[in-house]
Amino acid sequence: MQTVSMNVNGEPKSGEVEDRTLLVEFLREQLRLTGTHVGCDTSQCGACVVHVNGVSVKSCTMLAVQADGGDVTTIEGLANNGELHPMQQAFKDNHGLQCGFCTPGMVMSAIDIVNRNGSDVDEATVRKELEGNICRCTGYHNIVKAVHAGAKNMGG
Amino acid sequence: MYNFSYQKVSSVADAVDAIKKADDGKFVAGGQTMLPTMKHRLASPSDVIDLGGIDELKGISVDGDTVTIGAMTTHAEVAASSDVQGTIPALANLAGNIGDPAVRNRGTIGGSIANNDPAADYPAAVIGLGATIKTNKREISGDEFFTGMFETALEDDEVITAVLFPKAEASAYMKFENPASRYAIVGVFVAKSGDIVKVGVTGATACAHRGLRLEKALNGNFAAEAVDEVEIPVEKMNSDIHASAEYRAHLVKVMTKRAVEACS
Repeated sequence: MQTVSMNVNGEPKSGEVEDRTLLVEFLREQLRLTGTHVGCDTSQCGACVVHVNGVSVKSCTMLAVQADGGDVTTIEGLANNGELHPMQQAFKDNHGLQCGFCTPGMVMSAIDIVNRNGSDVDEATVRKELEGNICRCTGYHNIVKAVHAGAKNMGG
Repeated sequence: MYNFSYQKVSSVADAVDAIKKADDGKFVAGGQTMLPTMKHRLASPSDVIDLGGIDELKGISVDGDTVTIGAMTTHAEVAASSDVQGTIPALANLAGNIGDPAVRNRGTIGGSIANNDPAADYPAAVIGLGATIKTNKREISGDEFFTGMFETALEDDEVITAVLFPKAEASAYMKFENPASRYAIVGVFVAKSGDIVKVGVTGATACAHRGLRLEKALNGNFAAEAVDEVEIPVEKMNSDIHASAEYRAHLVKVMTKRAVEACS
């Protein structure tokens, strides 16, 4: 067992984990932050994407101990005083989800895409960079639309 | 995943010390292959020694015509590096097309090369550019590093510290990627400096190799049509659900032609 401490959504959190505990298991099962989903558990689907130290990672493919001392942001950390993050609002406005299972990972990846490519990111880049996030409902068109709208809103 | 004992080290010396003390230890770099492999119980090391805290293994520098990339530098860092883009753009481009963005934020060049997946991208560049692998013990030439499927020249307590890529006058990497995993079904890295052409091929055989027949044809005539007459031995090609041996042999030539065209 190891003790891990990290900032999760701006708050210091710590816990006892097995060495093999995945970051997503720590977030979901110990911190009860169940917004981060496990879809495939093989780093393909992207439902588990969170930000660690400012960049997107698949939390099913990182150990909790590897995030020790780091800053973690999950989907629960985006809204501000009950107001949705511009990217969350854009998914809502553009019907960017149907069943919603992939959505937390989609939103976290989308914000990462805007952080790296700017708010005028083009459609080809959005489609290419969403390749690590799988949605089985929407056919992606409205997700891409949502990412664009969210990107514009994030840019102010 | 079976349990193991995790240890994070802050120097190469400590890493070597830890693996020597371990019963069946394994180094983890970015873990993007190793953790899935352990989850599938295809690997069950007693000790996992994390190289992620070793600062001396991180970073990119350019000295004259050589780009040195620390072993723990991520694919995202290589792809975004203006030093790499300015010196060997094909290498930055290759790194930016490995896996997906989240995988590129964790996966490292050292991990990719040490793992030597038959369909990994970096080995094609190591061979095509004639890179040198620097370890805590010695320097290994790219041609001698990859010895078989998931096998390398590395010893158990040997750690890759950096990869040194010489600049080529022109180079390009073309891959026919698996649409799901983005791994190379076949990838070809072509580099030209003066009259010398080198070709690194990945995805096609048990591990990345030099395309000597392709080099011979291209050395005399650096043009896509020079590839037409080259015979690619089908019996050495991988054959699986993604592509037959015959198809891979065909793709080797197509990817080589595209890379040659992209060089000029």
